[in-house]
Amino acid sequence: MLFKLSAKNMKKSIKDYAIYFFTLILGVAIFYVFNAIESQTVLLNVTSSTYEIIDLMINMLSGVSVFVSFILGFLIIYASRFLMKRRNKEFAIYMLLGMSKRKISLILLIETLLIGLVSLGVGLLLGIGLSQLMSLLVANMFEADMTSFMFTFSLSACYKTLFYFGIMYVIIMIFQTLSISRYQLIDLLQSHKRSEKVKLKNPILSILVFIIASCMLGYAYYLVTIGIDRLQSVDQIFIPIGLGIVGTFLLFWSLSGLLLKIVSSMKKIYYKKLNCFTIRQIGSEINTTVFSMSMICLMLFVTICVLSSALSIKNSMTSNIESLAPVDIEFTKNLDMTETYREEMGYTEEQREDSTISIAETLGNIGFDADQYLTDVLDFNVYATNDILVSDTLGSYYEEAKQKYPSLAFDSAETFVRVSDYNKVAELYGLETITLDENQYVVVADFDQWIPLREEALRRKTPITLLGKTYVPKEEKVTKGFLHISSNHINMGFFVVPDDAVEESIRQQNILIANYKANSKEEKTKIENTLLSLDASKTVLNASSKLAIIEASVGLGALVTFIGLYLGIVFLISSAAILALKELSESSDNKERFQVLRKLGADTKMIHRALWMQIAIFFGLPLLIAMIHSIFGIIFCNYILSTFGNEQLLPSIIMTAIFLIFIYGGYFYLTYTCSKNMIKER
Amino acid sequence: MEPILKISHVEKYYGSRSSLTKAIDDISFTVDQGEFVAIMGASGSGKTTLLNCISTIDKVTSGHIYVADMDITKLKKEKLTKFRREELGFIFQDFNLLDTLTAYENISLALSIQNVPYKEMDQRIKEIAKKLDITDVLKKYPYQMSGGQKQRVASARAMITNPKLVLADEPTGALDSKSARMLLERFAYLNDEAKTTILMVTHDAFTASYADRVIFIKDGKIFHELRKGKQNRKEFFDAIIDVVTLLGGDLSDAL
Repeated sequence: MLFKLSAKNMKKSIKDYAIYFFTLILGVAIFYVFNAIESQTVLLNVTSSTYEIIDLMINMLSGVSVFVSFILGFLIIYASRFLMKRRNKEFAIYMLLGMSKRKISLILLIETLLIGLVSLGVGLLLGIGLSQLMSLLVANMFEADMTSFMFTFSLSACYKTLFYFGIMYVIIMIFQTLSISRYQLIDLLQSHKRSEKVKLKNPILSILVFIIASCMLGYAYYLVTIGIDRLQSVDQIFIPIGLGIVGTFLLFWSLSGLLLKIVSSMKKIYYKKLNCFTIRQIGSEINTTVFSMSMICLMLFVTICVLSSALSIKNSMTSNIESLAPVDIEFTKNLDMTETYREEMGYTEEQREDSTISIAETLGNIGFDADQYLTDVLDFNVYATNDILVSDTLGSYYEEAKQKYPSLAFDSAETFVRVSDYNKVAELYGLETITLDENQYVVVADFDQWIPLREEALRRKTPITLLGKTYVPKEEKVTKGFLHISSNHINMGFFVVPDDAVEESIRQQNILIANYKANSKEEKTKIENTLLSLDASKTVLNASSKLAIIEASVGLGALVTFIGLYLGIVFLISSAAILALKELSESSDNKERFQVLRKLGADTKMIHRALWMQIAIFFGLPLLIAMIHSIFGIIFCNYILSTFGNEQLLPSIIMTAIFLIFIYGGYFYLTYTCSKNMIKER
Repeated sequence: MEPILKISHVEKYYGSRSSLTKAIDDISFTVDQGEFVAIMGASGSGKTTLLNCISTIDKVTSGHIYVADMDITKLKKEKLTKFRREELGFIFQDFNLLDTLTAYENISLALSIQNVPYKEMDQRIKEIAKKLDITDVLKKYPYQMSGGQKQRVASARAMITNPKLVLADEPTGALDSKSARMLLERFAYLNDEAKTTILMVTHDAFTASYADRVIFIKDGKIFHELRKGKQNRKEFFDAIIDVVTLLGGDLSDAL
């Protein structure tokens, strides 16, 4: 009997539940999709070091899943509370008829169970479908060839989804039972009669608060863009963040009063058609949801920034590698380790001895046949001395620079390279070569943050004195370039000097760069594996290879992208769902209001237009403010991530927009359609 | 005088063939321009159904309703809205003011729906506010007003468009006797002064006594009709009470 009642209730109110269902199903599906990535990566053809990154990624994703389940849990509780409120009268009738609270709880319990089962079932099906698409994305991310399309189903992800959502549903049931037991019949019967008091804010106060909010936001914007140099330590980033949060809140607090004030002073617009009604509706809606609107706005802001940055990191990381790692392998070895340094750092005597010989010799010692595997070999030394530190080469600019960038390492020794050595490297790398007079030097760098420092010193014609001889800058600009292969622009700068400027007594590091004697990726991988199998424990040899760099950056890119996507989508769903539920929960009040308008003679077109405007502004306002925030947020993210390169921002912003349109727009459309149905004339 | 409303053999049935309810059973009457007519009847007599049919909210089963020679039972949906907007004014028992708007804005809606420019609107609102004695409350919200004030604001909203016919459904139903008297005096004044045609449904003899003519309905049929003629309000009230008594105590809550 109770089961029948529950089932009928659900069927009857399926339209009211549409948003709730939609959200649950999406939540379940996304939860499954991101937890099922593990089973898809197993099928990929990738190297073992990529697997390590995948492992890390899967661990992080499951960590993020816990956080996500909290967000979804809160969202679902919030949604179920809204639905409960709408049914107060129904519960009151049950109670009047003499049904015990326990039985009402039981009805709700059965309903939640039904909803849970249906949403889990449909959501899992959708998730399994979507995860097939996801496997294409996964393969693409890790640049692995999908040998063949395989249908994948992850049992563990399925169990995990059932487990997490099961817990959420149990919590909802407890919550509902508790709130039923607290119900008073009189409150339930009269709950629809509460007459709304229009709490109007003082317009002058509103304007004042709006100005304060604008100033706070403006200053926060300034701090993260033009004024970024003022942020001198990491914890100072909380200043613009704090200002942004408080500013957003105050903005929404003042917005309804301000909006009303502005529009109502434009009398011709205000008193046109249903405009004054619509504006008032929006005003009262914003007024009652200042806190959630601000939260939603901030969530949208985070979503936009996370999505567009995550997607662009992946893009730029992989696109930089070809130019930043132009050769297959680079060996480096620090030379001439002193006895005290050996003891300090805990190296063995064998290793210290190894530091006195060249890389080529070491390779021979450990059994690697360089002639058989390597081609285009360049072997040279770089030089450094503790007599010339960064602070010295900045010259008169040092004091100023230290104040401006206190976190930079000014007390490290500068590196010198012979011009003939550098030109050989430059030719191999495809970089600009350099010619020097006998008393000149050139600075080579490509790290964006360091270039202005270096150039200021060059502009001041700062001389350097090396082994008793003085050199002056050849140019005021730094030459773009690097020695070490890497995935990013991280060369802070080294000095190219005439060949006779340095001598072996100050040699610091031996470098050997080369390509593999191989034509295909398979052959290269083979050589690399041979190298990896060598025992280098008794040496101080370091190596970085193009393949490893690619794998690491692809892996890191994928990691960031997946976590960004996961969080971004969940945030997006949460904020859109809260807005939709809020709007729909008011539709019963709105229904009466629209009925009055209809009796006054407003036609359907007019009413639908007013409804559309109302919902569009309600949805659009937080999005608009989030977008304004995001412009500055993305600029800031770009600055922070500038080492990754930021060449491809536009495609990722387009991708973000597509996500926004689909999810946020979907919720908007659903809300509008449901509201339209609810206010329909009968 | 010209009849502004002509009701001719209107019937309204509810239910199926096996259990038919005749809410309105062959009713015919006319209302002249500038007349103030009250329809009286007990709960369930069909008076509200009749009003709903005239206001085009409900549809008749058979018969015709003419407003200014236009047969509104034949109108299409879009035309109906236009008709309702331009020719009718509504006053409800529970006021139906929009709680988010001020009195001024509530009244303005009726005009802005008809695309009346702001300047003219402002002038007309101030004018009618004076007539209904609500100038002081124009800036207030419904929750800040008394019941009587609310009903007068609602009346202003109904009458500001100069409708051919104002339909009032139990306008005094939610008011105390003092507010009710004040409202009815305003109705009588507007009817007198601006020649507004008012059709009012009520079950209250006191309210009905302000009208020029009272039509009694019982079980969906016209039972009796009274004209005020030269009587004063007190005498007319007594005459109404006599009919109510005759109706058989169904209207025992009339006093």
